[in-house]
Amino acid sequence: MSSACRSTLLLLGLLCVAAAAQPRELRVCADPDNLPFSHEDGSGFENRIARLVADEMGAELRYAWLPLRRGFVRKTMGAGLCDMFIGVPADYERLLTTRPYYRSSYVFVDGAGARGVASFNDPRLRSLRIGVQLVGDDLAATPPGYALAMTGHVDNVRGFTIYGQGPAAQRMIEALASGELDAALIWGPQAGYFATRSTTPLELRVARSPASRADLAFEFDIAMGVRRDDRALRDELDAIIARRRADIDAILAAFAVPRTDLSWGPGP
Amino acid sequence: MPARDYANTRFSPLAEITRANVSKLQLAFSFSTGVEKGHEAAPIVIGDTMYVVTPYPNYVYAFDLTKPGASVKWKFDPKTNASAQGVACCDVVNRGAAYADGRLFFNTLDNNTIALDAASGKELWRAKLGEIRLGQTITMAPLVVKGKVLVGNSGGELGVRGWLTALDAATGKQVWRAYSTGPDNEVLIGPSFKPFYAQDRGKDLGIKTWPAEAWKIGGGTVWGFLSYDPELDLVYYGTGNPGPWNPEQRPGDNKWTCGVFARRPDTGDAIWFYQLTPHDLHDYDGINESVLVDLPIGGVARKVLLRADRNGYVYVMDRASGEVLSADAFVHITTTLGVDLASGALQYDPQKNPRVGTVLRDICPASPGAKDWQPSAWSPRTKLLYIPHQNLCQDALVSETSYIAGTPYVGADAKMRAGPGGNRGEFSAWDPVARKKVWTIKEDFPVWSGAVVTGGDVAFYGTMDGWFKAIDARNGALLWQYKTSSGIIGQPVSYRGPDGHQYVAVLAGVGGWAGAVVSGDLDTRDGSAALGFVNAMKDLPHVTKPGGMLYVFRLP
Repeated sequence: MSSACRSTLLLLGLLCVAAAAQPRELRVCADPDNLPFSHEDGSGFENRIARLVADEMGAELRYAWLPLRRGFVRKTMGAGLCDMFIGVPADYERLLTTRPYYRSSYVFVDGAGARGVASFNDPRLRSLRIGVQLVGDDLAATPPGYALAMTGHVDNVRGFTIYGQGPAAQRMIEALASGELDAALIWGPQAGYFATRSTTPLELRVARSPASRADLAFEFDIAMGVRRDDRALRDELDAIIARRRADIDAILAAFAVPRTDLSWGPGP
Repeated sequence: MPARDYANTRFSPLAEITRANVSKLQLAFSFSTGVEKGHEAAPIVIGDTMYVVTPYPNYVYAFDLTKPGASVKWKFDPKTNASAQGVACCDVVNRGAAYADGRLFFNTLDNNTIALDAASGKELWRAKLGEIRLGQTITMAPLVVKGKVLVGNSGGELGVRGWLTALDAATGKQVWRAYSTGPDNEVLIGPSFKPFYAQDRGKDLGIKTWPAEAWKIGGGTVWGFLSYDPELDLVYYGTGNPGPWNPEQRPGDNKWTCGVFARRPDTGDAIWFYQLTPHDLHDYDGINESVLVDLPIGGVARKVLLRADRNGYVYVMDRASGEVLSADAFVHITTTLGVDLASGALQYDPQKNPRVGTVLRDICPASPGAKDWQPSAWSPRTKLLYIPHQNLCQDALVSETSYIAGTPYVGADAKMRAGPGGNRGEFSAWDPVARKKVWTIKEDFPVWSGAVVTGGDVAFYGTMDGWFKAIDARNGALLWQYKTSSGIIGQPVSYRGPDGHQYVAVLAGVGGWAGAVVSGDLDTRDGSAALGFVNAMKDLPHVTKPGGMLYVFRLP
């Protein structure tokens, strides 16, 4: 049921009753256990944004749950189970993406023994125990993983695989809290969420590419993604993002997502 | 066992089917397994019964060979956890069962080893050996040696630490577990460990050849075929690639990955190890089978093992000591320059070392290697090793942004393609004494099936577009072929039926890493799918469709 229908409900009651019998569905592809993004109990910020988008469309919100691992686009959207992802990198080639609605960065999460560490050139890095995410893709690493290897930090690095009990970022923050790690390099939204919930004070600092590898991207624009030929839905989502920008920002802020999109201003 | 003997020869002495009469071979019976994923298993025949394990959901069928059309005697459904499917890297395959003392042993994708009463199909015990949540799966065929069921794990890309585990065949209780990384006491390296080469000697190399903690999730999984020499009392197997770290994150040799272990079956004690591919850069798992034969090398009779390795070399090794006697390229190789026989060291070409942010072309062999899991066969009559293999190279490209579990990164996509000659597969006959390829058959697709060779000097293999072929084992001439309903990636076998006649059996059903484009219905526009294999296999969906089918042939 569109908002146009809702506003004319009294005038065209019968038509809208007919439409309501077959309400529009927004079918979202999401990971059932990947906080802070999504969870099957609805507690992630992508769940909140999905609710916002569905409400804006006047659509009923449905989920197709599948862990975002190898082949997740093929197995969900590719199998016809859902129509959109709430958050993917803006240049993700497997999908048609909307305009980005936030930009974040990998961050240093510094524990008590690593206050102020924000650079791969920091001499303290050599003696610190550092956690890094492992994506489990042959011959690929997260940007901080590369940066640490490039700058000679391998012996004091501990890897956290995406396969395991609970999100890797959560396990890393727990390791910081228990003193097993001094610092960790984590993708911003995960770092912000779990660090905020940690009883141990942790400091977040945006990680910058080391001078020797300025081409390594640490920041990524995040957008919504739809099927590559679904321009209509993409355009509709673009309009919703523009219209509800303040509400989306508020959701991201409530989840302590570190933002680096300072130039992200009013749309055209 | 799938390989027929402990030596892993896949040689059947049966000689009713000959080079002269094989052209008359005809279908005896067939059976649809009802499973659409890649069928890599060997049907095994014990007495009057044939046993077949399917890919996930890992059904086991027993066929009564005395009945017309070989009716189903029993079927066992292990109720494999469905979520294991999303964990397996390269299709949800299973490589077969093993039989010993009235029991049938097999592994499920969700990490159970199960013993069945072979007569009734009743479950006797099951042992849970891993967690799918942690990226672990099992795809290999177990080997039963001296009352122990030997099982290895899969999942090296996902932070799984590889191991070989021995279970008591009577109870399923763990007897020992030998890890492929970590401290000596967990790798079961002790006083009896005597590796031939200096670089494999030293304390705790499974820790010291890695960055501090990287070995804990270092890969070296064990998913190929095992062999056993009763006289030397040694079990042989290969270890998979190091992972999930990028090579730049794990400087060092990364022991004990990409190598071959010889161990005592009773205790698991390591006797020797040789690292085929130290500090692997290209996903050259060392899991390929060792074929145990006795050969005159330099005029002296030697107990050797033959390995057509994923890195592109056929190794002839002294299987008592682990010495490399020869290592010769059986495909076009650009990543390495050869094996130094004095030191045993693989010589890398530094120009082919991958590095993020750079495009690297002409990596040969490609990630699946010169030969992946598909087992070779040895004939003591022709003294030739029959090797089903690939002819693939790849370009490593810097891909667009990738995204897994909410974690963005820049991927390094590999795009595979045919190697020199334009054919993607070959079936080669290799003379390990003369150290040369005697003949080869070029195949359009990778030859992803196993091989079997018989006392009639006939070799059999299948193609991914569904031709089951009989070859003159002496000269490579095509003698007979049969078109099956789906591409073949299974292990052909030959057996004597209850009627005294020779049969040849194979499972069709395309899939596996090479055939995932069909069995997984992958998008052919995405060349990087199936870890880059789809780029080389875009035409496969046009020539074959999924679906498991058992075919059994005999003479009229």
